[in-house]
Amino acid sequence: MGRSLSPAFWRGFRDFAPLIPGVIPFSMVAGIAAVKVGFTPGQSIAFSLIGYAGSAQLVASQMFASHAPTLLIVLSTLIVNLRFAMYSASILPLFGGVSLARRWPLAYGLTDQSYAVTMGRPESETDPVSYYAGSSALMWLVWQSGTAIGALLGASIPASWPLDFAVPLSFVALLLPVLRTRPQLFVAAVSALVAILAHGLPFRLNLIVGAACGIVAGLLVQRQQEKKT
Amino acid sequence: MKIWLVIVGVGLVSLFLRSSSLVLLRNRKLPESVTSSLGLVPAAVLSALVAPELLFHNGQFQPFGPRLVAGIVAGLVAWKTRNVLWTLVVGLGLLFVAQAIGWN
Repeated sequence: MGRSLSPAFWRGFRDFAPLIPGVIPFSMVAGIAAVKVGFTPGQSIAFSLIGYAGSAQLVASQMFASHAPTLLIVLSTLIVNLRFAMYSASILPLFGGVSLARRWPLAYGLTDQSYAVTMGRPESETDPVSYYAGSSALMWLVWQSGTAIGALLGASIPASWPLDFAVPLSFVALLLPVLRTRPQLFVAAVSALVAILAHGLPFRLNLIVGAACGIVAGLLVQRQQEKKT
Repeated sequence: MKIWLVIVGVGLVSLFLRSSSLVLLRNRKLPESVTSSLGLVPAAVLSALVAPELLFHNGQFQPFGPRLVAGIVAGLVAWKTRNVLWTLVVGLGLLFVAQAIGWN
């Protein structure tokens, strides 16, 4: 990584800083959530290091608590993390000439936040890959510190505090900024309705069923709109 | 043992998706039908995660519970401020107050 610590790296690092206040509470909630369902603090920290995917860590923790089979937990986190495939495709044009050996760690560092910062970089940026590496590095440091603090504090939080509610609230904070267009609103409405109606299914299968119905409904609406234009 | 399987499984899935275009496909492009479906995933997944949590508590349907009220107010805060910390503080604070006055 020595080579990549160029001025562009530090520009990306610096431009990530305003996002830190949003990352800290989310990472602490993820660290606490795993401990609350029976992970040791060490396992919760390992989950953050190896999985490094906040929403997936929260979903996996919730499903683990409802005794879902391992395969179903992993499948659900696959769906929750599908957006990474979208970011990976969208950010690819910046990576021309970057070796495979460097692409692996850079791919590991791909998150909602570092993707957003990199896509919003100043037009004058001449080295977007190092810029991306810098913002991803700061995201990683903040996330791992936050989950570690949450994992270590988790056990000492009184059971009467309704802290489980921090998990859906974290998702609310991620969801609202996404609902910008009509198709997105429609997708969210269908998905929410189906997830509520299917709530009786075991192992939180309503998540997969609801999300799948929402996406299909959204694709149908998109096709209708294309026909009109 | 199960915990470690979950950790490794989620790790492999996350790395696979993150590296999909950057490493695995390299310069072959995903079909446009795939990328346009992927654009709908966050709205679909997040609302399917949130909605039941606001309407059910301990498996009971609760159409006008404190979680729904706290969630809606927190949603307004998220929409106005785009700030995770304020969203959490307002939502958890309201639920805490509701429990303190006996509204469960």
